[in-house]
Amino acid sequence: MDVSTAAISLLNGVSYGLLLFMLSSGLTLIFSMMGVLNFAHASFYMVGAYIAYTISQAVGFWWGLLFAPLAVAVLGALFEKNVLRKVHKFGHVPELLVTFGLSYVLLELVQLVWGRSAMDYQVPASLQGPLFTIIDSSRDGIHLAWRLAAPALCQSTDAAVQIRCTQFPAYRGFMMLVALLMLVAVWLLLTRTRVGLVIQAALTHPDTVEALGHNVPRVFMLVFGGGAALAGLAGVIGGNAFVTEPSMAAAVGPIIFVVVVVGGMGSLVGAFLASLLIGVLQTFAVAFDVSLMTVFNQHGAAIGPQTFGYPVLKLTIAQVAPILPYLLLVLMLIFRPKGLLGTRED
Amino acid sequence: MTTADIAMKPVYRFQPYNVGRWVVWSAYALILAVAPIVFQSSLALTMLSQIGVAIIACLAFNMLLGQGGMLSFGHAVYSGLGSFFAIHTLNLVSKGEWAVPVSLIPLVGGLAGMGVAVLLGYVTTKKAGTPFAMITLGIGELVWAMSLMFPEFFGGEGGVSGNRVVGKPVLGITFGPQIQLYYLIAIYTFVCTGLMFAYTRTPLGRMLNAVRDNPERVEFVGYSTQRVRYLSFIASGLFMGIAGGLSALNFEIVTSETVGAARSGAYLLFTFLGGATFFFGPIIGAVLMIVAVVLLSELTKAWLLYLGLIFLFMVMYAPGGIASLIMMNLRVAAFGKLRRLWTSYLALGATALVMLVGAAAIIEMVYHLQLNVGLGPELKFMGLTLNSQGLDSWFGCAFVLFTGLGMFELSRRQFAQEWGEIQGEIEREIKRREAL
Repeated sequence: MDVSTAAISLLNGVSYGLLLFMLSSGLTLIFSMMGVLNFAHASFYMVGAYIAYTISQAVGFWWGLLFAPLAVAVLGALFEKNVLRKVHKFGHVPELLVTFGLSYVLLELVQLVWGRSAMDYQVPASLQGPLFTIIDSSRDGIHLAWRLAAPALCQSTDAAVQIRCTQFPAYRGFMMLVALLMLVAVWLLLTRTRVGLVIQAALTHPDTVEALGHNVPRVFMLVFGGGAALAGLAGVIGGNAFVTEPSMAAAVGPIIFVVVVVGGMGSLVGAFLASLLIGVLQTFAVAFDVSLMTVFNQHGAAIGPQTFGYPVLKLTIAQVAPILPYLLLVLMLIFRPKGLLGTRED
Repeated sequence: MTTADIAMKPVYRFQPYNVGRWVVWSAYALILAVAPIVFQSSLALTMLSQIGVAIIACLAFNMLLGQGGMLSFGHAVYSGLGSFFAIHTLNLVSKGEWAVPVSLIPLVGGLAGMGVAVLLGYVTTKKAGTPFAMITLGIGELVWAMSLMFPEFFGGEGGVSGNRVVGKPVLGITFGPQIQLYYLIAIYTFVCTGLMFAYTRTPLGRMLNAVRDNPERVEFVGYSTQRVRYLSFIASGLFMGIAGGLSALNFEIVTSETVGAARSGAYLLFTFLGGATFFFGPIIGAVLMIVAVVLLSELTKAWLLYLGLIFLFMVMYAPGGIASLIMMNLRVAAFGKLRRLWTSYLALGATALVMLVGAAAIIEMVYHLQLNVGLGPELKFMGLTLNSQGLDSWFGCAFVLFTGLGMFELSRRQFAQEWGEIQGEIEREIKRREAL
């Protein structure tokens, strides 16, 4: 793997990791505040993508970016107020179960309204094309060109000189920008505003906060709605970067749970690190077409179909990529059960 | 008296026969034995076989959820891998390499499920509560993704198939006809139910309940909560594996779907619907599961939506599941007050039916618009022809729905009041009896 491909892979990995963080941050906020693991979090992501698709068909992508998260926030807040709050008295397992039931209902409702096939949710025209191009020439070294590099730059005039152009999509850059803006906004909201102070206080001492005259159930409703809005926002920008289809929730749901456990339950910074780690890990793994067999055979071993354990040895890293997050989870639980930055041991 | 004297003294203990228990277990055995004679069609027979398998699986799942407070989102792994090991064993027997009687192959599945639980449970049970649930989900996804990576073992898209009619017939039993397999499943179901019930009575089973209710105190008493969870997890894996082995014999094909998240979700959903707080709840859940998967899914395409909504309402209003509803009414009946409630039940049932018909008609029309546009705007619903593009059909259904909703709310209030009164009377009666 050469430098320019590695750089692009890294950026792709980081942008995917940031998207994971947008999802896991909402999940972590809800979990650390209410003790509720929102199983339907990825479903909110899916609903966000579908609503954004509908809005973008009607009035354009940017309105979708604004209103779809709000719609998902309202949905989340209504669910918290009318359903979750009633179950709260039964304990944490029923709370988890009720969000599990919600994930079924949301999936079916989405299929009811939008159908079972993938939607044609497209990146807006202004964000199509590459953000920059890396020109890797064997004579002049590596250059950067803004947006699309002129075709003349990517074509070698001399047969001895090899030029390779690698592009980084503008929309990926936009995803990173939105995720970082959101990260800063959430951080400012939690640490620099009065609402954030109440939220932080309600996190650890809900009874005291209630005694001081704040409406803690309403704070819970806002946090749940806010967390759902973050998932919805991730859906708006993730839906057209990947695919908007009913199975998108099931594809990303388990991974964000892995992120939260690996980062440490309830730790926002831990979730951030774990998201980036898993994003980069998965993106890089897909690019490696190396298996244990090829490595051993390069060093003189003769592994073929007759060798014991051939099915395992012949797997390439790219083929193993889908299970890497879960392997990370298992390793983390064995060697550091509280997660990267977690504090709770249970 | 010294301690030796106390030990020497014969202990006379009068313990009457637990008649109720004998009656219940005999009835259970009788139902299992008689069911295929009452329902003789081949559809009924396949359903009964599946129900038997599902009963073992749901009860094993409830060893964790109900007895231990552990919510597993990936329990199909243990039944699914049990199935795979069972079908591979069956194929080895067919080839003549191994000699295992077909009737014992479910045990091979059980041992495999237990082995996998020993391996994966060590990681999973390091945590309890919510993290436990998340980890089981991750492990489930891990195994599911691996099932696509190793087609040699999991058979890829097509799965692994086998033939259960292998070897010499014992006493004329070849397991070729479905009825013979049903009785094998029924015997396994009865024995496994008995064993799992016995497990709840062992010291380990009791400690598991304690771990569910107050883990901190269990630690103080000197037990390792993690070890209690781990051992119970292994026991649960054993029974899940037996269920998997039986289902491999039943279908004679095992695909990677059997380890998937949908299957795990179904175990969770129906165990809870049946009732996780009572031992017999999952049996009801298992029956519902097969009826829903086989019959309801034929009847309507929207069955998962109905299922999800029923589940949501169940968690909100009756977190003990159907079993708890039955037990509450049995209590009312035991105090001879059920007669006062029957009019309310009738009203509730009738109005709920009206409401459901309206809601179902609307849902079916939306599904029809979404999926069957090619077949024209009209659809059949309970003998009526609805026009999914006509205003009058929509208006009529909405009218039925809201009338039902209003009347249901009225009768629900009446019922809630009567129910509260009766519960109050029962509480007073219990106090009065205690004072006697």
